[in-house]
Amino acid sequence: MLTANRLRDGDVLYRKGDGWVPMLADGDVYADAASADAALAAATAELTRNTFVAPYLFEVREVGGKIIPVKEREIIRAAGPTVHPHTGKQAGQVNA
Amino acid sequence: MLNAIVKPVDPNMYRYDEFDAQFVNERVEQFAGQVARRLSGELTEDQFKPLRLMNGLYLQLHAYMLRIAVPYGTLSSKQMRRLAHIARTYDKDFGHFTTRTNLQFNWIKLVDVPQILRELAEVEMHCIQTSGNCVRNVTADQFAGATDEEIEDPRPLAEIIRQWSSLHPEFVFLARKFKIAVGACERDRAAMQYHDMAVQIVKNAQGRVGYKVLAGGGMGRTPYIAHVMSEFVEREDILAYLEAVLRVYNQDSRRDNIHKQRIKILINTVGPEEMRRRVAREFDELKRMGTLQLPREELDRITAYFAPPAFETGLPDTIPEAGKDFADWVQTNIHKHRAAGYAIATITLKTPGQVPGDATSAQMDVIADLMDQFSVGEVRVTHEQNLVLPHVRKKDLPAIYAKLKELDFAAPNAGLITDIIACPGLDYCDLANARSIPIAQRIAKKFENLDRQHDIGELKIKISGCINACGHHHAGHIGILGVDKKGVEFYQLQLGGSGAEDASIGDIMGPGFTEHEIADAVERVVNVYLKTRTPGERFLDTYRRIGMAPFKDAAYEKEAA
Repeated sequence: MLTANRLRDGDVLYRKGDGWVPMLADGDVYADAASADAALAAATAELTRNTFVAPYLFEVREVGGKIIPVKEREIIRAAGPTVHPHTGKQAGQVNA
Repeated sequence: MLNAIVKPVDPNMYRYDEFDAQFVNERVEQFAGQVARRLSGELTEDQFKPLRLMNGLYLQLHAYMLRIAVPYGTLSSKQMRRLAHIARTYDKDFGHFTTRTNLQFNWIKLVDVPQILRELAEVEMHCIQTSGNCVRNVTADQFAGATDEEIEDPRPLAEIIRQWSSLHPEFVFLARKFKIAVGACERDRAAMQYHDMAVQIVKNAQGRVGYKVLAGGGMGRTPYIAHVMSEFVEREDILAYLEAVLRVYNQDSRRDNIHKQRIKILINTVGPEEMRRRVAREFDELKRMGTLQLPREELDRITAYFAPPAFETGLPDTIPEAGKDFADWVQTNIHKHRAAGYAIATITLKTPGQVPGDATSAQMDVIADLMDQFSVGEVRVTHEQNLVLPHVRKKDLPAIYAKLKELDFAAPNAGLITDIIACPGLDYCDLANARSIPIAQRIAKKFENLDRQHDIGELKIKISGCINACGHHHAGHIGILGVDKKGVEFYQLQLGGSGAEDASIGDIMGPGFTEHEIADAVERVVNVYLKTRTPGERFLDTYRRIGMAPFKDAAYEKEAA
């Protein structure tokens, strides 16, 4: 999957089509390295629009029909701090 | 809030003069312009990043993080209330006190930062020196000006160093960040020997007050204990001497490898003797030029800002009886004050289960009230992520304790096993490999029984979520380092570190434990201490006496602990 941060507020974003969504579950999963690289290249070319920063790819896997990041880092980034469950996307806090 | 309306008290601390105010206000508007240019696309992210970092603004795991400087850990009640306001208005209603005695907000929006900086500037605060390759926020002994152990209050010198180093044209783009700590007694509460440079106020054989200067300490990937650069620098020469050290570092340090850019690498590459020679050469040159003398009148002018408050006389010099819980708190959290009838009170932000260093806006507001009502409007932030009320009347301690209990900040655990330092770790930090805070919470809950904590005695656990060591794991009696193994968190144990006057670097035990194993492993290590200690021995003393083997065997369950 492809992620970035929104420039104006830093909110975590996930690539969907040629746009961005706030929730990992709504983002696109790239089936192979070529399509993932192509998505990153497209996003990198869009950096000049100054709406998002720091795009990068990360690995996910399917568990019980759900898409889960492979690394703990991305699991936490998608949900919010494990020590403050009242904050972050896990608490439905998504910036407009 | 307290029942009565509390009138804000202006503590004796440095106040901005016209130049300071103008400088900070201009800096705020400069950055506001840079933010606007970034949002409009006039600046690219590559151009903007170093500018935002120079104003304490990081992009972390979930959002922007703003780090606010608390020079030498001193805060007024007015400033504390402003931090509470920012937490409420611009963040998620809490802030995090760090091991650099700063305060971090974790959910800041870039578009709000100019206004936040304006509101900080109104109470003489800013985010300068909290990021980037510059001289960072100067830290000091949290008991400065209150303890009878010190030669003199180290904060005037810390303030002078802050003024000298802020935007120093020669040192704006150092090879890496540069951290300075100041202390004034043999007891080291500021982890001085782990700093790039440290200044200890000392007396020489003739009884003259001057400065001992150390350099080359540090944590991170390559930990080192600092070397003495000079045993005694005269008062008027201190800035010239510090400038000489920084100049040698700036000129001679490597800039080609991020892992070798700190002064600790330079000193331990060329050797402390050669470093002293190079510093002496620069110092002689600076002395000959005579342009960087610290005039006595300027030192006196700055010192006057930190004049001791007018301590009341005739106060009872005993602490009232107020029950066992209160007595437990007094035993660990109260320190002797220089003035009769007064005490120094440590507020540990470490009730087992809490996030070390976190405070909500409501808690900050009540602490501000306590500062005004009981501690001449002042609090100190410690590198151990606690707060200190420096000047409280002993007769007021029961009332303070009662209010802290309401806040859930009355844990009687200062210096004990549950008074754990933990960096934000993977819950917040973009650099982290593993979470720190949940491990701290788990260990604190395991040892929350107070009788057990007091039986164990002084034991400092410090946890870092990566090798950068913001959680000071190298200096922990028990240090814990979080690592990433193929996306999974593991935790390595280190034993025998100390950040105090008996500074040492912890020894690595061996392979890491999972997040579910580490607290039990710590318990087995502690049990070895309890079985093996001799009367009066702290954990650290026992470790130094018997070495790693029995602790390692127990931790890995090679032998029943």
